[in-house]
Amino acid sequence: MTDDIARAAGHTDPPPRMGFFTDTSVCIGCKACEVACKEWNAVPEDGLDLTGMSYDNTQGLGASTWRHVAFIEQTAPPAGHENVDVFDAARGLSASDTPGELRWLMSSDVCKHCTHAACLDVCPTGSLFRTEFGTVVVQEDICNGCGYCVPACPYGVIDQRPGDGRAWKCTLCYDRLGEGMEPACAKACPTDSIQFGPLDELRERAAGRVAQLHAAGTVDARLYGEDPGDGVGGDGAFFLLLDQPEVYGLPPDPVVTTRDLPAMWRHAAAAGASLAALAVASFVRRSR
Amino acid sequence: MAECHPVGFQWVMEAKARGAKVVHVDPRFTRTSALADLHVPLRAGSDIAFLGGIIRHVLENEAFFRDYVAAYTNGPVILREDFRDTEDLDGVFSGLDGDGRAYDPSSWQYEGVDVQAASGQRDQLFEERTVTEAARGESHGSGGASIPPGEPERDETMTHPRCVLQVLKRHYARYTPEAVERICGVPQDVFRQVCELVTENSGRDRTTAFAYAVGWTQHTVGVQYIRAASVLQSLLGNIGRPGGGILALRGHASIQGSTDIPTLFNLLPGYIPMPHAHERQDLDAFIRADASGKGYWGNMRAYLVSLLKAYWGDAASAENDYCFDYLPRLTGSHSTYETVMAQLDGSCKGYFLMGENPAVGSANAKLQRLGMANLDWLVVRDFSLIESATWWQDGPEIETGELRTEDIGTEVFFLPAAAHTEKDGSFTNTQRLLQWHHQAVEPAGETRSDLWFTFHLGRIIREKLAASTDPMDRPLLDLTWDYPTKGPLAEPDAEAVLAEINGHDADGAPLAGYEQLKDDGSTTCGCWIYCGVRADGVNQADRRTPGGEQNWVAPDWGWAWPANRRVLYNRASADPEGRPWSARKALVWWDAEAGEWTGHDVPDFTRDRSPDHRPARDATGPDALSGTDAFIMQADGKAWLYVPSGLTDGPLPTHYEPQDSPFPNLLYGRQRNPVRHLPPPHPDNRYQPSGGEPGAEVFPYVATTYRLTEHHTAGGMSRWQPYLAELQPEFFCEVSPALAAERGLEHTGWATIVSARAVIEARVLVTDRMATLTVHGRPLHQVGLPYHWGPNGYSTGDAANELLHLSLDPNTHIQEAKAFAVDIRPGRRPRGPAARGLVRAYRERAGIDENTGTEP
Repeated sequence: MTDDIARAAGHTDPPPRMGFFTDTSVCIGCKACEVACKEWNAVPEDGLDLTGMSYDNTQGLGASTWRHVAFIEQTAPPAGHENVDVFDAARGLSASDTPGELRWLMSSDVCKHCTHAACLDVCPTGSLFRTEFGTVVVQEDICNGCGYCVPACPYGVIDQRPGDGRAWKCTLCYDRLGEGMEPACAKACPTDSIQFGPLDELRERAAGRVAQLHAAGTVDARLYGEDPGDGVGGDGAFFLLLDQPEVYGLPPDPVVTTRDLPAMWRHAAAAGASLAALAVASFVRRSR
Repeated sequence: MAECHPVGFQWVMEAKARGAKVVHVDPRFTRTSALADLHVPLRAGSDIAFLGGIIRHVLENEAFFRDYVAAYTNGPVILREDFRDTEDLDGVFSGLDGDGRAYDPSSWQYEGVDVQAASGQRDQLFEERTVTEAARGESHGSGGASIPPGEPERDETMTHPRCVLQVLKRHYARYTPEAVERICGVPQDVFRQVCELVTENSGRDRTTAFAYAVGWTQHTVGVQYIRAASVLQSLLGNIGRPGGGILALRGHASIQGSTDIPTLFNLLPGYIPMPHAHERQDLDAFIRADASGKGYWGNMRAYLVSLLKAYWGDAASAENDYCFDYLPRLTGSHSTYETVMAQLDGSCKGYFLMGENPAVGSANAKLQRLGMANLDWLVVRDFSLIESATWWQDGPEIETGELRTEDIGTEVFFLPAAAHTEKDGSFTNTQRLLQWHHQAVEPAGETRSDLWFTFHLGRIIREKLAASTDPMDRPLLDLTWDYPTKGPLAEPDAEAVLAEINGHDADGAPLAGYEQLKDDGSTTCGCWIYCGVRADGVNQADRRTPGGEQNWVAPDWGWAWPANRRVLYNRASADPEGRPWSARKALVWWDAEAGEWTGHDVPDFTRDRSPDHRPARDATGPDALSGTDAFIMQADGKAWLYVPSGLTDGPLPTHYEPQDSPFPNLLYGRQRNPVRHLPPPHPDNRYQPSGGEPGAEVFPYVATTYRLTEHHTAGGMSRWQPYLAELQPEFFCEVSPALAAERGLEHTGWATIVSARAVIEARVLVTDRMATLTVHGRPLHQVGLPYHWGPNGYSTGDAANELLHLSLDPNTHIQEAKAFAVDIRPGRRPRGPAARGLVRAYRERAGIDENTGTEP
């Protein structure tokens, strides 16, 4: 059970596991989540850069961006394109004046608060820990800036802040949760694209929403990160997407990077043992 | 709406979740389009052709709500024989004066009503003239214009060739789907889809709402854009009913409030017109001229006398006409742009800017700065050192050498302002809903609220004048200027102001509603439509009962004027007999047993007036309304498909091209609105050739300005905020891939954009969201320009408003910022005097002189 992760982390009688369900089908790209997050958590502004990536001038999650709204402009190919000769089509591109339907996808990304969180596994100081809500939080007064967590994250979320060195990411507003408040981003979201609540409830709601969208003809609607059977044991923050995860810059099949560590250690140990045995054997031979 | 009103858009999303279809009509594909069921890109400045096409569709296909139209609109009313439509006069209405720049609206009147009295003719003409100039059309925010006494002739079958419905049919006959396609660039199949969506969703069981913002108002025909929507919604029966209406999405949190209790030159609180300079005009003469005979405006004397009592208290008495002569008088239009022209000619010497940044946010920003450079003094109250406070040392004209700091005589005062979180007060939103907000923190440092500034400025001026015996100072000295103050900063009590607005009776008890107002000086009321906001001495605007704990009309959240009514004219939600048009759309109805109107909302009708009531012939004011006169503020109790008086530019919306347009008017010989308001010629306000005129090809692209979610208007509240600045870090323009290819523009590179007024530069976003349209049979590229930026602050860029001309709607004097023509080329703009040189070269190439584009 996913709720057991808090108990496994040593919390006795924890509250239900809390998380985010981000329904991108109702996101209007207002970026209120980004601003509310920075305001509440006192995250610094991190650069004025017109990227040309549609209206996304934030670019991605990082040490100073804990919510990030992606903007994807798509012109869908005309229906029935599956059998088109792409080379023929490419030759006619410039002459084409009947573009397919335009779509502007928006999606607010955030730390996934994985069930199996590699960042937490590799943290040598104990700065990263599992809270009673089942979320993963960095403690800024303990982090020593070793940076092990950065390559460990399968989503590329956690990051070290330049000039500071410590690792930073979404805390799912741990301080607000303790006071019975919802996270700042969810509070600010005007269309309830970002929903906060007990993970079990959110999963149920999300399944219903997907079914509703499918019934309405939005066949591309799918959930991402909701499956406890996936490579990270399911995300505490999962999404409803309208296209492939890659389109949003999300890995299609994330795997906790520490998943193979025990096996690796086992292999390493075996290798070490056989090496040692070999060495011993060679000495034994020499002594003969 | 998602772009500029993301918080309000949550309700659109909620409606969508409940099955509503959302259609978004906009030249650009925006965040709203992304969530809409259908996005319809059209050419900026062509909306009347588009809406006129839908009106034609509704009329031709008999898709209008016949019972509603017959009962509640002026569709059956017969017009005078001498009225001539644009059909007859190739694009103008009867009554156009000799030089073709103003209308005499008398021929637009209904058959059967009295012709204006001939006595006092000179004064009458004088008044008519000043009325036209001073934008009387705007002074009807709470109802329609007055019409002369008499009973209009009607044809209930609506078949008489001169009845409004038939005139409407002929007027819009040429707005065919083919014409819409050619003018607007909207393909016919898409247009038909819109027509079907709108008509299928209107009628007894369903209603359609229109929401608009300044994309409709900022045109030389802006009022007529809204009128076109009004015609459509009245035909479809979508006014006064739940889920219907025409919603003005305001540009700021309380723009509605600032017209209700106005910052406009031509209005007193509650849409009472400002008196004009007029000899021998006492209170009674003013009321006679402006109050209407029928409907609630018939009680204007009670509203005005109560206002005068609120202003001047005990000094206002029956003997002195309640100080009516203390009110300033208008001698013409004093709109914001005329004020700028007055600064340029030296007659306006002082200027207050309170939360306004005209050096960036107003059309033809250069003229704004040149005007300010000609003042004696300028007071700027804002959060930061905005461009309007620093133009004298670092404005664009300093760079070009047109102004030198040492030559500028204007004394500039900058006073830091408090934010809304630092003061108490109310916001009035587009739904006329007042919502109170409380101070969260004390203003930091020397920042102060607007209320603090205004009150203490008045207090100090009154102290300085206390010994004066000059009669000119009496209006100031007699003012009731006694608001209690509180706290360490001596902040005036905002609720005391609300109490004054609400008004009280002779015993000082708070009034409960405007029907209690008297014209004998026994009541006071600072704004009659707000009367009741503090009923029982309780701040009704401060009520916050959650939606889940009350009925769906939510009467216990905030307070809506008038009388906490949530839907205006809701008598129209019931049929003439007083029964809801359908159970699904029931809002208010007649309870015959109880003998009164009742329902979910507060009925917008005299409570005990039965549907079969017919007034006595000599009745006036509210008493003259019949039991089916649902539009109680209108002079004839009807929704106006056709406007017999009150507008300066015609009784029916008509497609004219924008002031600067690359296209000729396909529908009429008249290119532009003949009576659009053009200020006197100025070398920095040149217009461009249009349509087929030589030189029009120099500015081949249509441009429009707009806002982004991440910034607020001219940037004073957002460009200085790092968290907002990083989200949209600098000025950019949006162009289609085809335009980028045509002009060699590179994505994220620089573009130079030129008009006859100015040259600016912007980073380029090449995007499919800017559709290339086919207009008049040829491809049209449009240039999108968010207008937030200026040279100051954390996020900077050129101001799009530099490009704009001053050419105004004749009713509201609003600039045409939403449709104009430009050229665009790759690379950065020239610096210093070379920038002026480039504009000059363009003007020469296009053959522009002071007469260009000024034809009626």
